[in-house]
Amino acid sequence: MAVALDLDVALFEGLCRLGDSTLVLGHRVSEWCGHAPVLEEDIALANVALDLIGQTQLWLGLAAEVEGRGRDADRLAFRRDVWDFRNLLLVERPNGDFGHTLMRQFLFDAWHQPMLKALEDSHDPRIAAIAAKAGKEVAYHLERSADLVIRLGDGTAESHGRMQTALDRLWPYTGEMMMSDDTDRALAEAGIIPAPDSIRPQWDAVVAEVLAEATLKAPDQAYMHKGGKQGTHSEHLGHMLATMQWLQRAYPDSTW
Amino acid sequence: MSSEWPLWEIFIRGQHGLNHRHVGSLHAPDAEMAVKHARDVYTRRNEGVSIWVVPSNAITASSPSDKGPLFEPSNAKVYRHPTFFDIPEDVGKM
Amino acid sequence: MYAQMVKSEASNDDPALLAAFQARIDAGEKIEPKEWMPEGYRKTLIRQIGQHAHSEIVGQLPEGNWITRAPTLERKAILLAKVQDEAGHGLYLYCAAETLGVSRDELTEALLSGKMKYSSIFNYPTLTWADMGAVGWLVDGAAIMNQVPLQRTSFGPYARAMVRICKEESFHQRQGYDIMMKLAQGTPEQKAMAQDALNRFWYPSLMMFGPSDKDSVHSAQSMAWKIKMNTNDELRQKFVDQTVPQAEYLGLTVPDPAVKWNEEKGGYDFSEPDWAEFFEVIKGNGPCNAERIEARQKAWDDGAWFRDGLMAHAAKQRTAKVAAE
Repeated sequence: MAVALDLDVALFEGLCRLGDSTLVLGHRVSEWCGHAPVLEEDIALANVALDLIGQTQLWLGLAAEVEGRGRDADRLAFRRDVWDFRNLLLVERPNGDFGHTLMRQFLFDAWHQPMLKALEDSHDPRIAAIAAKAGKEVAYHLERSADLVIRLGDGTAESHGRMQTALDRLWPYTGEMMMSDDTDRALAEAGIIPAPDSIRPQWDAVVAEVLAEATLKAPDQAYMHKGGKQGTHSEHLGHMLATMQWLQRAYPDSTW
Repeated sequence: MSSEWPLWEIFIRGQHGLNHRHVGSLHAPDAEMAVKHARDVYTRRNEGVSIWVVPSNAITASSPSDKGPLFEPSNAKVYRHPTFFDIPEDVGKM
Repeated sequence: MYAQMVKSEASNDDPALLAAFQARIDAGEKIEPKEWMPEGYRKTLIRQIGQHAHSEIVGQLPEGNWITRAPTLERKAILLAKVQDEAGHGLYLYCAAETLGVSRDELTEALLSGKMKYSSIFNYPTLTWADMGAVGWLVDGAAIMNQVPLQRTSFGPYARAMVRICKEESFHQRQGYDIMMKLAQGTPEQKAMAQDALNRFWYPSLMMFGPSDKDSVHSAQSMAWKIKMNTNDELRQKFVDQTVPQAEYLGLTVPDPAVKWNEEKGGYDFSEPDWAEFFEVIKGNGPCNAERIEARQKAWDDGAWFRDGLMAHAAKQRTAKVAAE
């Protein structure tokens, strides 16, 4: 059945988009461990990273199962090259200062939370189950990142300035989260993964509310970068993979 | 301006519905963030279902030098404890 | 140990008070923050708990060095959780020190200025993935030797922090040994990696207990106060006795030809580490001293605007709330 086959290909793709984004963001956040501005924050960020790594194991595990070619989550995470990665460009942005990291987290969480909520209604029960588990974690991520964006936006002149700079810099990478391509549309029609553009109203509302309270201003700029979901990445991802995959590449026949 | 975040005392009620118990302290700029930090710092191993935070400087403690007058008098009230009373075995469990 | 060569402070207090204080300690009572204590006891504890806390925080760095290179998702999560625990342990210990009238910021500044020390072990580099195994197995193993008895230390807040830490630490050493087992059973390259890590971390681990202190006055005072529970040599012997059979199980060789079971003493004979190297590391001349302090200094400096921003926001909220009432 050609249709069913195509849908499996799309599903593999869609699951990689979810799992690669949590993988790459989890990795970025974990880079802070031991270097955060205060111990309490160091511990809190590690919790976020741990949640994202856990979600990665589930999404990529399911992707590997759907693919049915004998790979597993680790194989997908550690042995694919950049062009096979399907994460959003937003999450591969380097950490920058702590404000930049928090702003990136907030812009992603504001999408991630409603997306997972919608995924709980997926016709695929495996996806609905992962979304239900991840949803609780991400609800807290959003509460935390939104709160910190507000506090720092409305803090000192310096913290305000840094948060505004981060927002300006990251804004052009937000559009990709809500853009749909053929894969997205096929999955949405099958009731498996909602179309990214359907998340737009919720994302807009949360972001507008939080930025207003944070006394920050979204840039007018309309141009949005895209390509991550299709495997066209920034230079940053390659460096991340060089670090992340090094052991698996250097000792390919080993178990750890 | 660098002033240190104030210290908070953290109380957590565990899974079994017992009283909130003091688990430790942490620093936070205000009460709301103290609750969040407490969640991240003190419930990493599924320890709690409810969190209280109290500014450390809001706690009034009994004075250590009063330990004798405060606590020793209750030593003499042995009749407050059930083992003080002998109930014959024939009466059964009480 | 995480607190090495802590000098105890002399006390110029009233001999009668001192005697009563010592009697309480001898009777196994806990000393609580607001109770009378000799000035020397307080100062020694600040130094010891502070050094212990600093060791946890600086100790995040050598292992943090491999979080982004962990070979599987599960290993990455475990390592991250472990290094996060170390931040938590540092936090608990700073809080215990704070009950003695010193702030966390003051302690941090003393670390950054070099006025306070941290354990020598964290000035050694982690060069391969096997070092994550060796650090967990040997370094945490050595730390646990010291921390378990410290749960009975005389100062209440310190003892309670140690109880919590010991409970959480119980998985740390096992995860290290688990990494070593996997490598020891792996390819020849992996096994070589494991042996290399043991070679590099063996003597620095023995140094963690500090030089022999059998004749040290400081040690005697700290032991009388029950803020030091065992001599350095006792703990080092216990560590070697525990570790040598574990290395044998792995099929790895402890890099000391003198290691031999001594039936008479019921423990292993072994060579002393190079104490000249130890004192150089303590003085700041270890392979990573400069990087470790630079990393902590950078986190502190770069984070100032964040800490200040949140304080400013909290102050604004308070003002707004008062105005609304």
